[in-house]
Amino acid sequence: MQNFMNNLRDAPVSAWIGIAIVVIYAVLAIGAPLFAPFTERASVGVQYHPWSAPHYLGTDALGRDVLSRLIYGARNTVGIALLTTALAFLLGATFGLLAATLGGWFDAIAARVVDVLMAIPPLIFALLILTITGTSVLSLVLVIAVLDSTRVFRLSRAVAQGILTMDYIEVARMRGEGLLWLIRKEVLPNAAAPMIAEFGLRFCFVFLFISALSFLGLGIQPPTADWGGMVRESAKLIGFANFSSWQAATFGLAPLLPAGAIALLTIGVNLIVDWVLHMSSGLKE
Amino acid sequence: MNAILSIILKRLMVGVLTLFIVTIIIFGAVELLPGDIATEVLGQAATEESLNAFREKYDLNRPLHERYLSWLGGAVTGDFGISLANQRPIGELIGQRAANTFFLAGYAAAIAVPIAVVSGMLAALYNGSVFDRMLSSSTLAAISFPEFFIAYILILIFSVALGWFPSLANVDVGDGVGERLYRTFLPAMTLTLIVLAYMMRMTRAAILNLLALPYIEMAHLKGMKRWRVIAVHALPNALAPIINVIALNLAYLIVGVVLVEVVFVYPGLGQILVDAVSNRDVTVVQAACLIFAATYIILNLLADILSIIANPRLMHPR
Repeated sequence: MQNFMNNLRDAPVSAWIGIAIVVIYAVLAIGAPLFAPFTERASVGVQYHPWSAPHYLGTDALGRDVLSRLIYGARNTVGIALLTTALAFLLGATFGLLAATLGGWFDAIAARVVDVLMAIPPLIFALLILTITGTSVLSLVLVIAVLDSTRVFRLSRAVAQGILTMDYIEVARMRGEGLLWLIRKEVLPNAAAPMIAEFGLRFCFVFLFISALSFLGLGIQPPTADWGGMVRESAKLIGFANFSSWQAATFGLAPLLPAGAIALLTIGVNLIVDWVLHMSSGLKE
Repeated sequence: MNAILSIILKRLMVGVLTLFIVTIIIFGAVELLPGDIATEVLGQAATEESLNAFREKYDLNRPLHERYLSWLGGAVTGDFGISLANQRPIGELIGQRAANTFFLAGYAAAIAVPIAVVSGMLAALYNGSVFDRMLSSSTLAAISFPEFFIAYILILIFSVALGWFPSLANVDVGDGVGERLYRTFLPAMTLTLIVLAYMMRMTRAAILNLLALPYIEMAHLKGMKRWRVIAVHALPNALAPIINVIALNLAYLIVGVVLVEVVFVYPGLGQILVDAVSNRDVTVVQAACLIFAATYIILNLLADILSIIANPRLMHPR
């Protein structure tokens, strides 16, 4: 912990920017009801209210407050993406570590299955499965978690295989350490840094993936506020934008606000990931 | 030479096998439904007669493997059966659209590849310069920005504010090439921006690896001119990894096209796939997924084979 605090003190500016972005998003997402002036679903004003009090970012086609929906969107979109990433990690890391440690036929079969799953582009695979299961949040989370776990599997298997060739593992095995003990106490601590960085990268991927599906109308379904869906709903407005006045120009920004919210969070996470990777690779400036 | 040939042949076999398994997955996924397509489409209230009529019409009574083989046989010759939603032959529905999609992806590639290769090389040659660092930060933007964010920024600037290009890319069969290139400029630009940073990064990395090799240093030490070292000594060896980079990114492009088509309402395969998914038009989804997946696999296979040909170290796998 002391070590971690020291690292944090030496963190470069880019990492601090990343941390600040992620913390702000987290606070907004957790405290959404406190910060949002209105609720996410209720129609609270006229349609397409311009950017002025009490609707500081205007209202959408159903008279819902855009600012409130953006804040609730942080909770819904990021929450679901986090859940999916965690599930993908649980699946991928468990199988990856087991495959590396057990080896033999288990490793061979798992690796082949993952090869085939990765041969199909994830978006196409997800669309195929969502046609069959129908679009619901549960199937969305499960489908993306399974597809994404293949990447986690590859990484955790490769990392674990590297660790398993070391002498101390040989000693641990001869000492008679059990499989779970071996994975938890000997392999996992050394695999932690690349896995944390991978978690950040996977989160970005899942987050963009869910947003893309919601944008296509196949992800999180309305009336739940979510950023991909908001881009879709407000996309038509961009055609009405003109730069004759400040108010008219804001129409053009309607789809860019939620899309920008997605982009900003992804940048923040990527900045942190870069820093973690840099630390774990042992490189110093 | 025989060694390379046998490795390529082996890789080709794996590719064909993968393609085969993927067709089984795409066809078989529908069987995961609790009932079958008939009960799913007609709903719980359907009578036994209407269910039977539906199964007869869509040939659902035969055993699974027979249906799979006839589907696969049809797919190879471009006959994908008929759409559940509007009863029209799928081949007719998607033929022109698939061509449109490949046109768009090819257009984007034609812009992106030369820019990426040249600027990737420049970044490698002037490693650590301002240009190189700008390239690093643009990669961050490229992996962070969702496709539709880039697309709407472009629409706002070039279509709404400046009025140079149309925001909807509605091409017709009758349009000439010039008209098409003009109408699809913004979608092609979006795709270009998405893949450009990756390609530049990968090209840069490939060249940097190469420039660090002793024989390049030797060439410098012999007193050769800088451009000659690069053009005569480095470039022939750099060509192979660069071709590999291009093939991999084309595979990425062919999938990225789905979102961009929806943003620009472009009549392509991605658009029809998304519509079919929301209508749960299973047969159309199968056909579109097959085309996308097959293109993706073939391009990846191409990338692998090219890198085998290019890299003598791969000729001796351990």
